[in-house]
Amino acid sequence: MANSRAILYRRLYVWEFPVRLYHWVNAVCVLLLIATGFIIGNPIPITYANEAYQQYWFGTVRFIHFVAAFIFFFNFLVRIYWGFVGNRYARWRNFIPLTRQQWREMLEVLKVDILQTDLKERISIGHNALAGFIYFLSFLVFLFQALTGFALYSSMSTSFLPKLFAWVVPLMGGDFAVRQWHHIFMWFFVVFVIIHVYLVFYHDYVEGRGTTSSMVGGWKFEREDRLNQLD
Amino acid sequence: MADHHLTLWQLMQSKGYSRREFLRFCGFAAALAGIKSTGLAAVVEAFEKKPRPPVVWMHFQECTCCSESFIRSSHPIVADILFDYLSLDYTETLQAAAGVQAEKCLEDTIKKYPGQYILLIEGSVPLKDDGIYCMIAGRTALDLLHETAKDAAAVIAWGSCASNGCIQSSKPNPTKATPIHKILNKPVINVPGCPPIGDVMTAVVTHILVFGKMPQLDSQGRPKEFYSRRVHDTCYRRPYYDAGLFVERFDDEKARKGYCLYKVGCRGPVTYNACSVTKWNEGTSYPIQSGHGCIGCSENGFWDNGPFYQHLASFPGFGIETTADTIGTIVGVAAAAGVAAHAITTNIRKRRQIHEQIQESNPEKDSGEGGEN
Repeated sequence: MANSRAILYRRLYVWEFPVRLYHWVNAVCVLLLIATGFIIGNPIPITYANEAYQQYWFGTVRFIHFVAAFIFFFNFLVRIYWGFVGNRYARWRNFIPLTRQQWREMLEVLKVDILQTDLKERISIGHNALAGFIYFLSFLVFLFQALTGFALYSSMSTSFLPKLFAWVVPLMGGDFAVRQWHHIFMWFFVVFVIIHVYLVFYHDYVEGRGTTSSMVGGWKFEREDRLNQLD
Repeated sequence: MADHHLTLWQLMQSKGYSRREFLRFCGFAAALAGIKSTGLAAVVEAFEKKPRPPVVWMHFQECTCCSESFIRSSHPIVADILFDYLSLDYTETLQAAAGVQAEKCLEDTIKKYPGQYILLIEGSVPLKDDGIYCMIAGRTALDLLHETAKDAAAVIAWGSCASNGCIQSSKPNPTKATPIHKILNKPVINVPGCPPIGDVMTAVVTHILVFGKMPQLDSQGRPKEFYSRRVHDTCYRRPYYDAGLFVERFDDEKARKGYCLYKVGCRGPVTYNACSVTKWNEGTSYPIQSGHGCIGCSENGFWDNGPFYQHLASFPGFGIETTADTIGTIVGVAAAAGVAAHAITTNIRKRRQIHEQIQESNPEKDSGEGGEN
């Protein structure tokens, strides 16, 4: 009971519903895409000997990969749209460091994350400047994966959307190269997930503002005395 | 060499063929070029009325496997194509003429039939050091290419060498071997493959002959008829792929059962060609049918996409066995280790911080009682 200081916190609604929905749909899609992608790249050996007509599991794995890819892609488009109409924490400006203040904050976060110094300056209640920029880079990777993925898919599809990406194949020098790059960039997601999840927990502790739960409920907490410095 | 003023029908008549035999030949040619039965009349008309186009076949940086493949095309038999419905005026490997005579043939064709002759190119062209790495009759391949291509009615690049560089242009490409379409400023029909299927080659020529224009090409200049689908799409082992039944090693039970060769490096899923439909040697077989994966010989840069027996190329700069997965695993493990180390130092700091905060908020209490929670 007595192990705490009386500091007044205010609840702030940071992540709107579309942002949270985007986040979790994206998370599920990425995990599915990584898992199925690994299997497609290197299928699990089957020890029993069936005939081909008795099963379709590899086809199913690929189907899941393609469905997840479509959802991932449109979800990503919705998020881009929300970057122009959402609240100030969802806006595109959070992702691209255009102001001196954002660069200062990036440096501060780097110091806190890597050198583990104590937090000196107040950092943004939404995405911090470094996180925002990393998300921007990952959006570029999303785009790359969508381009290469749909390009590979275009040869096996008659639908309109994948055909839009067919030009990527000759540009990259053939399906083999496209497949290779698509595979290499998959590893970005693996590393991203590890670091992202860890940093959420770490910042939850460093900032004490409810980072982890905010992506579920949307609310964060800010000290009353710091509310007037809001970004 | 031959009399260009004659049409094929006239020529066949002069050789004593009957009208029936002529029509039969037209039927073969039409079927081969994928022309539907209602289009047969156009084929007959073309062979009946159009003079046979002169053909010049140039050989540059190549191994002649394209020619070898071409003379093995099953229908119509190659003798018919070479000496009846085409007029092959110049080809280094097959012509009877030699030396000055041969060069004169080439010169005459270019001069006498500008805008009419078909130019077939086998092999890539070296550009390094002014192209001295491939010279014929004292002239560079580049020089000869420009001269012959200038007035050609159509240019066909035979095989992977001419259409994407093949082995000569694989890293580090010492002679700067360059495919034809990157040199010429005119449309080139690419017929890749190492070699391309003989029947595909004859079909492309037939198409030009019958319709007097290029076949429909895809974005990489390949005839759509033969290169719009992957070897994988029409492969008879495809059901095993969808069922997830794969050969693990070339000597296992699964290889004997004829499962899909995907895991032993088959390039079928990334290779555009007609092998699994047209097949080779009069429709006898194709690589996958004989138990070996496709090596993707009709794909751009296939020599650099090795090794052939794994589906993921080795990662440049890290030794032969290293793939993107090896690098990825190392990076992933490093990230996890970094995170773990970070978590440990964080918790050490946290312990001290909690301790201080408890003391601060609760100064009268004994400092020893401050716990983690």
